[in-house]
Amino acid sequence: MTLLLNIAVDGLAYGMILFMIAVGLSVTMGLMRVVNLAHGGFALIGGALAHWLGTEAGLPFGLVLPGAVAGTILIAMPLERLVYRRIYGFGELQQVLATIGLTFLMIASVNLWQGSSLLAITLPEGLNRSVDLGFRQLTAHRALVIGVGALIILGLWVLLDRTRFGIRLRAAVDNRETASALGIDTGRIYMLTFALGAGLAALGGILGAELLPIDAYYPLRYMVLFLIVVAIGGLGSILGSFVAALAIGLIETASRYLVPDMATITFFVLVILFLALRPRGLMGRAGA
Amino acid sequence: MNRRLLSLLLILLAGGAAYLLFPYNLAFLTRILIMIVLVLSLDLILGLAGIATLGQAAMYGAGAYAAGLFAIHVWADPVAGLLAGALAGAALAALSGAVLMRTQGLTLIMLTIAVAQICAEIANRARAVTGGADGLRGIRPGKVLGLWEFDFIGITGYWYAFAVMALVLLALAVIARSPFGLSLRGIHESPERMVAIGVSVYRRRLAAYTMGGAVAGTAGALSAQITQLVSLEAFSFTLSAEALIMLILGGTGRLYGAVLGTVIFMAVHHLAAANDPFNWLFVIGALVLAVVFFLPRGLIVLPTGLKRLAKGGRHAGS
Repeated sequence: MTLLLNIAVDGLAYGMILFMIAVGLSVTMGLMRVVNLAHGGFALIGGALAHWLGTEAGLPFGLVLPGAVAGTILIAMPLERLVYRRIYGFGELQQVLATIGLTFLMIASVNLWQGSSLLAITLPEGLNRSVDLGFRQLTAHRALVIGVGALIILGLWVLLDRTRFGIRLRAAVDNRETASALGIDTGRIYMLTFALGAGLAALGGILGAELLPIDAYYPLRYMVLFLIVVAIGGLGSILGSFVAALAIGLIETASRYLVPDMATITFFVLVILFLALRPRGLMGRAGA
Repeated sequence: MNRRLLSLLLILLAGGAAYLLFPYNLAFLTRILIMIVLVLSLDLILGLAGIATLGQAAMYGAGAYAAGLFAIHVWADPVAGLLAGALAGAALAALSGAVLMRTQGLTLIMLTIAVAQICAEIANRARAVTGGADGLRGIRPGKVLGLWEFDFIGITGYWYAFAVMALVLLALAVIARSPFGLSLRGIHESPERMVAIGVSVYRRRLAAYTMGGAVAGTAGALSAQITQLVSLEAFSFTLSAEALIMLILGGTGRLYGAVLGTVIFMAVHHLAAANDPFNWLFVIGALVLAVVFFLPRGLIVLPTGLKRLAKGGRHAGS
């Protein structure tokens, strides 16, 4: 029983991290139809900024987190304007290549700036304290991760379901041409969505640094993981990515607890089987 | 026919010229030849049949480990080792392709990456057989065709790799012009129409993927025999990505594009990495973006584009 609860709590925290990083990827892929292999790069940029702000600038974590997320968004927005906007119309393969090129540039930039060693993010005392759950101790940091993840899915739901921006975004995802013919400024929606996705990736990267440690090669190492979340969730579906991220978090954690030697293989085999049976993912739409 | 003979002659001449011009860089030249074989396999799968993959390293690695293990435990003959590598590559491609070829687009790209990662994980875990993270050591290939021994400078290695590369190029040129190759082109252009005229798209794609796997396995086997070492790097994503970049750089669908792209990429990589081992990713990244944005069809369109430009046509290079 304790084992199951352990798996549930750790898997939940892991899944929330995956969700935060991958949700932006899912939305940009569903909306702009871009296979963005460089998405993990935004988590890396966020993590590198957080490392720099925390250790070299010596800011407290309360400022580091928003600062690094804002910094990542500031980098992502011009990138969308200058580079991504041009690759929306490309074929799948060209997009893959262009975003691999971008990933290489991001890795090289972080490598040049911070070196290739592990970029630790200093957490405040309060977050390292543990909370007693009765059956085990949980660090406040993990509790924070789970809480933030829950807030984000709630926030995204409100944003998409209850605001004008959400209506426009959904319209653009469903049919770009019609939406733009109806006077919706799709270019602006693209940029805002992209920035939001990059910001969330940065947040996930920083909060998840304990589980997915940050160094210059981060985007390549975890690229498949993020893509798997998106493919299983279904392109463009936020709820899909949420369910997929939690399921993947739980399955991977469970296989690490139960069959530690075969964890990676078990995980990949399950993913391949699932995608072979349901190539569009959990909540993918027919046209996507 | 004359043109084809001419290009074959050109490639032979280039091989001889490279040998004479860079006698102290034979190891690097051999590496280029091995990569050409790998990129050619990708050209068959992607350029001809239009199957987008980022996991060609899976078959390359399978071939490398198969040839290495074959040489250690069964028979040291290099040519037999090549066959073992090709068989391993084809078997892995057929096995994984049976599932992969049912998907397409993003899912396909992602699953191909995942297959390579599974292979890397298996090779890493099966330490007793593959040497795990230390790599597979102790590969001592025998004489090529019983005549030429692998020497210290790498002369035999160079010509051996060159001969294999030329044979693969020839075989793929024949396949590309065969009815099978044409049907692959048809599938690339329009799968719906090929279904309409009664072609089993799934089977042809699987067959193409398997053939590509055999060629990639050959490349891996060559690498295992010549470097006498197989490491987990053989399965790495970077290898798959770089092979794809080389192909796109040269141009897809016309085998010599693969040759050209590989030579240029490897040369740039060599120079950039030699000058600045830490920052060569900048050069490669910028190169990729430049090709995608300015030369989407690769370098092989440059001559035609320039000719058209000279004649006053518009839009060179697109």
